[in-house]
Amino acid sequence: MADQNSDALSAGLVGRQLIEPGDFSVAELESIFELADQIIADPKTAGDWAKGRLMASLFYEPSTRTRFSFESAMMRLGGRVFGFDDPKTSSVSKGETLMDTAKIISCYADIAVIRHPKEGTAKLFAQSVPGMPVINAGDGGHEHPTQTLTDLLTIRHLLGSCDGHTIGLCGDLLFGRTIHSLVKTLNRWKGNRFIFISPKELRMPEYFLSMLPEGSYIETDSLDDVIGDLDILYMSRVQRERFVNEEEYIRLKDVYILDKKKMKKARQDMIVMHPLPRVNEIATEVDADPRAVYFKQAKFGMYVRMALISKLLGVGR
Amino acid sequence: MINVSQIKKGIVIDHIEAGHGIHIFKELHLDELTDPVVLLTNIPSNKSGTKDMIKIETDFKLDMNVLGLIDPNVTINFVQQGKVTSKLKLTLPREVVGILKCKNPRCITNQENVPDVHFYLVDEAKKIYRCEYCDAYTTFKPQN
Ligand SMILES: [Zn+2]
Repeated sequence: MADQNSDALSAGLVGRQLIEPGDFSVAELESIFELADQIIADPKTAGDWAKGRLMASLFYEPSTRTRFSFESAMMRLGGRVFGFDDPKTSSVSKGETLMDTAKIISCYADIAVIRHPKEGTAKLFAQSVPGMPVINAGDGGHEHPTQTLTDLLTIRHLLGSCDGHTIGLCGDLLFGRTIHSLVKTLNRWKGNRFIFISPKELRMPEYFLSMLPEGSYIETDSLDDVIGDLDILYMSRVQRERFVNEEEYIRLKDVYILDKKKMKKARQDMIVMHPLPRVNEIATEVDADPRAVYFKQAKFGMYVRMALISKLLGVGR
Repeated sequence: MINVSQIKKGIVIDHIEAGHGIHIFKELHLDELTDPVVLLTNIPSNKSGTKDMIKIETDFKLDMNVLGLIDPNVTINFVQQGKVTSKLKLTLPREVVGILKCKNPRCITNQENVPDVHFYLVDEAKKIYRCEYCDAYTTFKPQN
């Protein structure tokens, strides 16, 4: 019975397009994570799943980490990749509309990954090629769904599920797209509690808080006070340019730096996550702590993309 | 006073807020019609001081979304043989296509020429709509 259900789910993902995490049901997301777990258990089994398949990697702005993650994922599935990472040096931007580019690409590639500085671009691209798998690899400040999938797989793989956790989110909560998307998506699972940790200047926006279930979160400006309660600490960068004056920045930045001393107050089974790149918000002395999983997270990012690509192409187990 | 029933067959858009008539005229592209069209402005009204009114002698199909957006308080009278055969009150449309322009400067629809952008109603009182592409909010204001 369970197998029939998961087969039906897999069939339902073939040819689909991922613009934001909300495009897929919780069951569909779980089926992607299950496949990712199988790949993690034995990465070599997936080595020829996408043999003979082509991925178009369309980066209208450079993002080396995201591009490497997608391209390595496709290559580890035995598939091949073509594309660009600087539209200035390719002829792709010479007056051709994005809709036309999409249609041409769909003649060549089996799946497309698109990154673009303008918001809504991935959706526009995807609409132009119905039935072709398209993955949004970031559209301005709007959505970056595979980052969220990476975070969820990390949590699920290391803590057993996406339900019932106490998650501390620390740093710039006002502008943090990654954090907003993670909170929104984790709320589709059961029993998660959020602790928003930030200086008052960088609090979660009101409109965002108003969408959350009552009692599902608390706000604080002290990481020290709450670190002992957390299952997950999700760190993000506090950017200098967000502050009006230099003194305020200097006063606040150290409060939100995670170091060995703060880690002493945390539970032994807590995990520390960060979308990377980090600047100084996690001291390098924390890297050796087994609770620091942010480098593993990057690897999970590749595995979850392997699973996602396989599901959309309808290949693999 | 103008007698509305003088129109034989067509549509009378009544109780338009004074000054909005010209916006509706433009947004409905009534200048492109070859049928008789009358735009009346600043007509004395019992309800609200003054009002605008548009009379169209035609079978022309009205875009109710445009009307609902510019002035949800208008009344639409369908006229046949000089008599009002049906009346229609408008509400703000849940979804509009091709009328609004996204206010988000970072939205792809402000760079590419995207036909038929859909907007979805978020706040009825404030006439706020959400762009289907970037999800940013845009408030409707009639063009001048
Ligand atoms: Zn938009």
